[in-house]
Amino acid sequence: MSDASTTKSGGFPNPLAWTGRGTLALFGEIGRLSIFSGRTALSALTPPWNLAQLWKQIIAIGFYSLPVVGLSAVFIGAALALNIYTGGNRFGAEQFVPNIVVLGITRELGATITGLMLAGRVTAGIAAEIGAMKVTEQIDALKTLSANPFRYLYAPRFLAAALTLPLLVLIADIIGVMGGWLVSVYALDFDSTTYIRNTVDFLTLDDVVVGLIKAVIFGMVIALMGCYQGSKSSAGATGVGRAATLSMVGAAVLVLAANYILSTFFVQIGI
Amino acid sequence: MTQPILELKGVEKSFGSNHVLRGVDIDVAPGRSLVVLGGSGSGKSVMLKNALGLMTPDAGKILFDGQDVTNNQGKTREAMRSRIGMLFQSGALFDSLTVWENVAFRLLNADKMKRSDAKEQAIETLKKVRLGASVADLRPAEISGGMQKRVALARAIITKPDLIFFDEPTTGLDPITADAINDLILEQVKALGAAAVTITHDMASARKVADEIAMLFEGKIIWRGPASEIDRSGNDHVDQFVHGRADGPIQPSL
Repeated sequence: MSDASTTKSGGFPNPLAWTGRGTLALFGEIGRLSIFSGRTALSALTPPWNLAQLWKQIIAIGFYSLPVVGLSAVFIGAALALNIYTGGNRFGAEQFVPNIVVLGITRELGATITGLMLAGRVTAGIAAEIGAMKVTEQIDALKTLSANPFRYLYAPRFLAAALTLPLLVLIADIIGVMGGWLVSVYALDFDSTTYIRNTVDFLTLDDVVVGLIKAVIFGMVIALMGCYQGSKSSAGATGVGRAATLSMVGAAVLVLAANYILSTFFVQIGI
Repeated sequence: MTQPILELKGVEKSFGSNHVLRGVDIDVAPGRSLVVLGGSGSGKSVMLKNALGLMTPDAGKILFDGQDVTNNQGKTREAMRSRIGMLFQSGALFDSLTVWENVAFRLLNADKMKRSDAKEQAIETLKKVRLGASVADLRPAEISGGMQKRVALARAIITKPDLIFFDEPTTGLDPITADAINDLILEQVKALGAAAVTITHDMASARKVADEIAMLFEGKIIWRGPASEIDRSGNDHVDQFVHGRADGPIQPSL
């Protein structure tokens, strides 16, 4: 007997049923993620806070991400300077390399690259850790021991990511600009003093703040996706692996989407 | 008649079209040890998770010490959890914490006890399950499966609960270690005067720790009686299970 999703002719999926089921599943997922996010944010913003867990997560998420963020930033800054120089060369605008590098890094690339790198390093790690805890009944054990997983597990990660991402982005901004300076001075024959003066003169506080606000949002997205996918991980190594993959992909896409939305917003309000 | 510490009345639970519990009625009196037998997939773990409040039943009632905790996730449920202990099948020890932090988890987090006092109490409890202070600072991954079960037992009894749940306490252990765990369970439950609900398919374990035995089959309790009567139950399902025969009314879950 065929179900509603197949037609009479040969078992091809009924596009209406398929679309309907997909739409329902999508809205269901959005609803579950929204409720999970709301509960996590509420637990993160209201006492009591688990400061020991928060500190542990600040180290895990923030401190241990420094090498990957620093290395990514220096290469992005260097590549950016080279490309702007090559492009600018076509219409005699090479002198704008420091200005465009600092603008691109602080407003856009520092935050985005940090967000994407942490979507890989942190989100997948959180999802795998919480997923493994779920399948080994550790989350059930937490509940039976009167510990709320939202307060004990998810809120510290959420807060730690939201607090440390701006610091990481600030560091990425500095290292990224240094990457551009290195290439410009040592490979493109820019004068070091002029490059630095142009960078400092062109940079405004707004450019830095834009990147830092983005970083807070990216931090929230990164932690939420890891916690959410981990918490609904199914049994076995496959389930945990799938949770890690889904969390990483979801976080990366949401970071890029949030980046566009926030950029639009900042342009609209004129900063 | 003594009021049961735990009562399940007509508890039903389904997952889609899979009706796992179809009206479970069971109770356990204070200080008594009840073992629930059942094959793989018979719904034992689901029953336990409903009783613990980790799942909400579709129908029926769960009473703890006379109080309805069926849908209550608030203070009543927390009050219940502060009076129960649970030994999970896998131990469910937190691998990011040391052994003593696992044992003292409730004392540190829910009861806000000082770490030095909590550690002292954890080491005392570890001694009760025949583990020395030398394991206190190790991580769960650094000790054997049998030792992990003992740590999990210590975590379950540290707050002197009125009711302790044991989910397949001997699964994955060799017969000698399993027997040692059974002895510890028996000893500690008696010492605390607590009620115990054990779910298992290990007959040796059931015979050792039970005052009463119940059999769960197709989502219902189909037999219950004193542990001494298990070999004379007069129930074909129980007989087949007790003697571990493939032939009989219960179809093996292959």
